[in-house]
Amino acid sequence: MALDFGVFCKSTIDGEVVQHCFSSLFWLGQNTDASYLDWLMNAWGWTLAVAGLGLTIALIVGVVMGTLRTLPDSGIVSRLLVRLSTAWVELFRNIPVLVQVFVWYHVIPAFVLPLKALPSYWLVSIALGFFTSARIAEQVRAGIQSLPSGQRAASTALGLTTPQTYRYVLLPMALRIVIPPLTSESMNAIKNSSIAFAVSVPELTLFAMQAQEETSRGIEIYLAVTLLYALSAFAVNRVMTFIEKRSRIPGFITASNDASLAH
Amino acid sequence: MKKVLAQCVFASAFLATTTAFAASATMDKIKSTGAVTMGVRESSIPMSYTTGDSRFDGYHVEVCRMILGDIKDKLGMSTIRINYQPVTAQNRVPLVQNGTVDIECGTTTNNSTRAKDVGFANTLYVEEVRIAVKANSGINSISQLVGKKVATTTGTTSVQLLRKHEKANGVNFDEVFGKDHSDSFLLLESGRADAFVMDGSILAGNIANSKNPKDYKIVGEVLATEPIAIMVPRNDPEFKAAVNAAIAKIVADGKMPGLWNKWFLSPIPPKNAVVGLELSPATKNAWANLNDKPAEDYNKK
Repeated sequence: MALDFGVFCKSTIDGEVVQHCFSSLFWLGQNTDASYLDWLMNAWGWTLAVAGLGLTIALIVGVVMGTLRTLPDSGIVSRLLVRLSTAWVELFRNIPVLVQVFVWYHVIPAFVLPLKALPSYWLVSIALGFFTSARIAEQVRAGIQSLPSGQRAASTALGLTTPQTYRYVLLPMALRIVIPPLTSESMNAIKNSSIAFAVSVPELTLFAMQAQEETSRGIEIYLAVTLLYALSAFAVNRVMTFIEKRSRIPGFITASNDASLAH
Repeated sequence: MKKVLAQCVFASAFLATTTAFAASATMDKIKSTGAVTMGVRESSIPMSYTTGDSRFDGYHVEVCRMILGDIKDKLGMSTIRINYQPVTAQNRVPLVQNGTVDIECGTTTNNSTRAKDVGFANTLYVEEVRIAVKANSGINSISQLVGKKVATTTGTTSVQLLRKHEKANGVNFDEVFGKDHSDSFLLLESGRADAFVMDGSILAGNIANSKNPKDYKIVGEVLATEPIAIMVPRNDPEFKAAVNAAIAKIVADGKMPGLWNKWFLSPIPPKNAVVGLELSPATKNAWANLNDKPAEDYNKK
């Protein structure tokens, strides 16, 4: 099996080798016709854009919904908020993500007309974001509920209101606890973004399917795409590990293996 | 001396049987197993598609059944079992290459890139790449597509064709990729795309099966002409010769106009819709002069 990675230097119009193969990556040269490498980079950009936007939506909505699910029973409003957030989580985690993407792309714009004007990558990001938000909400809830009940009681005794309790006591600790599962979830967002090809977003998976057909070099194309997915997910992993290390409070949460800190 | 001669005779006889064995692995496989695997498409109406309950039919599928009937007679078999293997635009070439599929009867363009991996039988259908638009859109030519959204299907040669055309004529439009033909047509139907560029038969088939076929029309110049051919393994020239002999027989018997009438101009299952694509001069020419020229030869001006 001979691999021929020269295919990435070829033009997407006529299959001839382009004049700036790698230099065009660093804006040193401009190809008159885009090469497959240029197209690959463009597709990578779309993958990162969809995943990044989806993850931003997921983190914001997920933290809010997860927090609401743990509200104490103190009246009609809080009961309503708990129900709302529970419904949110159950709705979005019980439907396959591909179906959700189709619903956001084909079904919802048929009823909510302004959504038709949104570009398709926005709709996919919303679908991906809401799906991931349900999972993040559960992790945040787990984090908050893992805290000793005395924390909440103590803040009430100090005269803090419920928002203050969450802002100054519960969330700073809970969010630190849930960074490891959030890392997995963020990496999942990158990988799940591959479903965007189903609704015409020109991202890596769509590139792979189209380019392998045009060039008959499927193995090289898929290897390159696999590498970029792995690279992107690993980069997210490194960033999250960095955040985990920087935000650690020594002796407070046992995020390290140092046994002496646990006591 | 006698002994040497005997050895020679034995050796050459042995050689002869082995070459006969190696000449057509596909035909040997068909003969020994009594079965053949035909690659078919799920929704390439009317060329090759499913009519439900994992039954497959279509213009190319019927031609292939005739070819396999002829090969069955040639091999002296009483019956032959045909296994249908649905293939996609992405996996059809690898499946023929690795021998999973013995003969692919879909909508594969015969081009020189693919000819490096697989063999093509003589062309029986010449496709013209056209543009489908909504009837009320007022678009009549490719030059009117400036700034419009144009849908086409991932994993087809039309995408590349569109890009070339875009560059040559300076017509600038946004490409939208459907994941399959019905998805691309949905893009046109729901207004996410203003035009759908694809093979004429696929456009006609999708329009025939839509809710309101009158809402769509096929317009504009022919973007490209492509021979659509039956795919066979590349390393089996004897099988290819047998397929071509069968094709020549079908054409000589004058069966082609009837087949065209049946699949392109009459109501076809499952919805009893009519595709309504008239026989093009290019296809008629292919029947008259059977050949396996790749698409590159067709588009040389």
